[in-house]
Amino acid sequence: MNLLGYFKNKNKKTSASVAKERLQILVAHERAARNGPSYLPQLQMELLDVVRKYVKVDQEAITVSVGQEGNQEILELNVTLPESE
Amino acid sequence: MARIMVVTSGKGGVGKTTTAAAFGMGLALRGYKTAVIDFDVGLRNLDLIMGCERRVVYDFVNVISGDANLNQALIRDKRCHQLYVLPASQTKDKEALTLEGVGRVLEAMGKDFDYILCDSPAGIEHGANMAMYYADDALVVTNPEVSSVRDSDRMLGILSSKSRRAENGDEPIREFLLLTRYNPVRVASGDMLSVEDVQEILALELLGVIPESEAVLNASNSGVPVILDETSHAGQAYADLVSRYLGEDLPHRFLDVPKKGLFGRLFKG
Ligand SMILES: Nc1ncnc2c1ncn2[C@@H]1O[C@H](COP(=O)(O)OP(=O)(O)OP(=O)(O)O)[C@@H](O)[C@H]1O
Ligand SMILES: [Mg+2]
Repeated sequence: MNLLGYFKNKNKKTSASVAKERLQILVAHERAARNGPSYLPQLQMELLDVVRKYVKVDQEAITVSVGQEGNQEILELNVTLPESE
Repeated sequence: MARIMVVTSGKGGVGKTTTAAAFGMGLALRGYKTAVIDFDVGLRNLDLIMGCERRVVYDFVNVISGDANLNQALIRDKRCHQLYVLPASQTKDKEALTLEGVGRVLEAMGKDFDYILCDSPAGIEHGANMAMYYADDALVVTNPEVSSVRDSDRMLGILSSKSRRAENGDEPIREFLLLTRYNPVRVASGDMLSVEDVQEILALELLGVIPESEAVLNASNSGVPVILDETSHAGQAYADLVSRYLGEDLPHRFLDVPKKGLFGRLFKG
């Protein structure tokens, strides 16, 4: 690595490492969706509607995924609530 | 029975045709009777990269429809007689390839060849599906760049769910990663995903890394598969790829920034 590169790396993340992080998250997400049951996207939309009756949240505020723990399938629901004003 | 390999990617322009030409030539040079089939209906290009564009009379669709037989359509390479090319049709009808028709032709070729390489078109639609459906092996060509990596992963999903092997519940397609257009200088400066990054994300067996190289453009210009340019790094990396596929255990080369002398190091920007 050259000197210039060294200082650049010290101060901030390289664009390649940002790319890697984004890809890791995205690919994990898409794999989960691919292997998960086909009702998942629909479920996610309906859950979003329900949550929105009570709180104002964005589309991305809800993630639904199916995972495996031992021989149990686990439906994981994540809702990120907005910071209260 | 021939082993069928699809050269695929999802994303366009990553180096599938370059790879199919080089890999096909490489297998043929080792003595295996090899055919490379262009599945890019409407955008025939393999013939140009292989340097046989002026010898095309019949194409893949003609064979499927029965207008020509295989012997009439297969073009035998002049440099290596173990290598044959089956050109794509230039028809605008994207649905000209059917699963039944493709299966019939592959079946007929399978008796006569050791390896059949299917050069997939870009995308994840009809043409790409036709190219991968009957595959035993898949070479997933990927550039170290976000959209290419993502599309490769989508293609992996398709390989494991929509292929003949998947549908019949047979042993799954063997999937291999080929990283192309790799630029060690840009990786070292942090602008480009590294081999390790891509491998970590896709979790695939790495069969080769082809460096970004001017030799590839020169090879295409003259219709010579780059593997025949034995002095070029890209050509050597493709030769390594063939060896690894055939079972040799070789370290990956050309991953690091070429070493410069003291003079070069002092004046590096
Ligand atoms: N290792 C490399 N170094 C430099 N240039 C390359 C390399 N590999 C491929 N290219 C160039 O990238 C371009 C696309 O290559 P190619 O046609 O093989 O890709 P493709 O995946 O078959 O494209 P398509 O999806 O359109 O079929 C060409 O101009 C080719 O010369
Ligand atoms: Mg191509």
